[in-house]
Amino acid sequence: MPIEVLMPALSPTMEKGNLAKWLKSVGDTVKAGDVIAEIETDKATMEVEAVDEGTLGKILIPEGTADVAVNTPIAVILGEGENASDIKAAAPAKRTPVPDPATQQHVAESEPRVEETDAVKAPAATASSLPKPDAIELPEVPAGTEMVTMTMREALRDAMAEEMRSDDSVFVMGEEVAEYQGAYKVTQGLLQEFGPRRVVDTPITEHGFAGIGVGAALAGLKPIVEFMTFNFAMQAIDQILNSAAKTLYMSGGQMKSSVVFRGPNGAAARVAAQHSQDYSAWYSHIPGLTVIAPSNAADAKGLLKASIRSPNPVIFLENEILYGQSSPVPKLDDFVLPIGKARVARTGKDVTLVAFSIGMTYALKSADELAKLGIEAEVIDLRTLRPLDSDTVIASVKKTGRIVTIEEGWPQCGIGAEIAARVVAEAFDYLDAPPTRVAGKDVPMPYAANLEKLALPSVAEIVEAAKAVCYR
Amino acid sequence: MAVAKDKAQPNAVQRPSADSSANGAAPAPDLSKDLQISAYRDMLLIRRFEEKAGQMYGMGLIGGFCHLYIGQEAVVVGMQMALKPGDQVITGYRDHGHMLACGMDPKGVMAELTGRTHGYSKGKGGSMHMFSAEKGFFGGHGIVGAQVPLGTGLAFANKYRGNDNVSLTYFGDGAANQGQVYESFNMAKLWKLPVVYIIENNQYAMGTSIARSSATTNLAKRGLSHDIAGEQVDGMDVRAVSAAAEKAVAWCRGGNGPIILEMLTYRYRGHSMSDPAKYRTREEVEKVRTDHDPIEQVRRRLLERKWVGEDDIKKIDAKIRDAVNEAAEFAINDPEPDPSELYTDVVR
Repeated sequence: MPIEVLMPALSPTMEKGNLAKWLKSVGDTVKAGDVIAEIETDKATMEVEAVDEGTLGKILIPEGTADVAVNTPIAVILGEGENASDIKAAAPAKRTPVPDPATQQHVAESEPRVEETDAVKAPAATASSLPKPDAIELPEVPAGTEMVTMTMREALRDAMAEEMRSDDSVFVMGEEVAEYQGAYKVTQGLLQEFGPRRVVDTPITEHGFAGIGVGAALAGLKPIVEFMTFNFAMQAIDQILNSAAKTLYMSGGQMKSSVVFRGPNGAAARVAAQHSQDYSAWYSHIPGLTVIAPSNAADAKGLLKASIRSPNPVIFLENEILYGQSSPVPKLDDFVLPIGKARVARTGKDVTLVAFSIGMTYALKSADELAKLGIEAEVIDLRTLRPLDSDTVIASVKKTGRIVTIEEGWPQCGIGAEIAARVVAEAFDYLDAPPTRVAGKDVPMPYAANLEKLALPSVAEIVEAAKAVCYR
Repeated sequence: MAVAKDKAQPNAVQRPSADSSANGAAPAPDLSKDLQISAYRDMLLIRRFEEKAGQMYGMGLIGGFCHLYIGQEAVVVGMQMALKPGDQVITGYRDHGHMLACGMDPKGVMAELTGRTHGYSKGKGGSMHMFSAEKGFFGGHGIVGAQVPLGTGLAFANKYRGNDNVSLTYFGDGAANQGQVYESFNMAKLWKLPVVYIIENNQYAMGTSIARSSATTNLAKRGLSHDIAGEQVDGMDVRAVSAAAEKAVAWCRGGNGPIILEMLTYRYRGHSMSDPAKYRTREEVEKVRTDHDPIEQVRRRLLERKWVGEDDIKKIDAKIRDAVNEAAEFAINDPEPDPSELYTDVVR
């Protein structure tokens, strides 16, 4: 049957164009791939190539015709043994309606966000049902479990070592992780126990080794990629976002990238702007990533083990100042914490303080100060930043009616901004004061000791913010 | 200056230069009758598939970006001849040919192009992001050069597991100027990873010719500073590609580390569907099509040697046209993904 050649589109948005020129005449033999015509729009020109073979039987749109609608038949190609009298029977290529983006948009917007729905349904916790004040009490640990005090550095190392012992597909790679024993000594002893096959020193080449880590994960291994600090992961952010975070989705669920990117994040001390950035909000923005930021040794251990086992890419944000701080860790053969659960670190009824990582240090100190003023603060340690445990925060705000968020990162589009938005959306009627943020100042980190101190949040600022929302 | 240099480039298709490898550019070894017939079939499938994809794009059935592989078919088809189960293939965004060469179902590929339920990525990846765990195809990556560390990571996994599988990591002359390519070269050589880096030099990085983008245009030599051997190969001759592939893959399987093959090839179409290709002349394209077409070369040889008759060729052509039409029909009629798919596969 004769075949119609249709007016093509240069782009999905093109609706019509000019038929500038015919390069074949009626009667010419046409082979697949032959350029038969030129079309143009105000932006570009394009060649029309034949897909079918035969003889150009008829030109339906003469050259020089303007504003030819896309998909208009412009010519007819005759197959072997066909002639012009067959043209009436020409079969236009089947046209299927292109999906209407407006409809899809509607569907997307009407789909409820699961976490928000659950948060609304979550019953408000009563004061008596909440754990007693204890900075490191872990609801996940059975009563009577023996606790061992260790630094966060040791807890992280133990987590990696335990997972490497139980699963040969787990390995560590990064700068100075092996021979040097870790730039911050987090991987101390791993080379000696597991050897260079599984503890791999890399060159200083973040983009490259982050990509190699993701590639190894696509092939089924479970890499732990250490960044000496997350500041340097900026070099690798394309691989983290475009290759690790999106591949499960882009492959329709076929490809997993079970990879942990870990290392110290945020300000250390006196290392100035390029080495003092908090990336919590950056990575929290990305669907496909899990983001964790522990504040103590037990959480660090339990959550790092969970991260290594997770089938998803995990950003594990540590903190250099916390590495050397000791706290009790449960002595269990296999201590794994759930990802996505915040922890109420201290109960109170007057104001909710929400923090994570080193922010918890400020929060707990502030709660002590506030207690002296007769203000009972409830302190929530987020632990996981994505998925964010809104339920625990909302339940607390429904009780206290007031919230102050604490982070070292910048205020705009920060973790505090996200929490404030959720609280306003989900617990508006319970609020007795506007949600308030205490964050790093909106400047690059200065070097001078006094300025650096001013740039970071302080206990004094948190106490002031808490007093303000309590109208004290 | 730069433009003048560009126009002065006389040959549409570069030939391998004499000093391109330790062995020099020897005449292409021959391939058996069966291999040449199957190569003809495989290359023609890619050609017809891409022509159909281009047509469907013009009809608005395929959206977004669509980068066609027409002209480069001999590269993937020749490379694929050296592979065995468990080997991995990864490439950039001009990936339809690689998927078909890996044995992925044309229906699933076309349905992904139309963004439908039974596309390889359930309609969520599109032209540039398709995968098949089953066929060892690891994408389909849209960021120029990003697949190079990933492919090196696939090779890392082979070495880690102690098997003799090889990663074929494809990228273009444009990607060859990305920094992460050299980060990968360094680690691949340092750790002796089994990866064949295949640089598909089709001479234009979008609209910029290699002479205007690259300080050195012999890309086979780009591994020299990392002591990685490289060879220029006539990427329009499937026999030459296959011979180079066999050698390179054996090198990697033997635990010798990475190797580079620069495939001198040519794309007939624009960079993407919306590229009017004004940076080169029609004569240049025409000359390649007439003198070097990878499929025509094989077809002529098959007929000259009387390995097949005109009728056999017609039968093959018809069968492939049917397969492509079937894929197109499937892709047009397959339903769009259910709206609930919006929220699936974000995390496990």
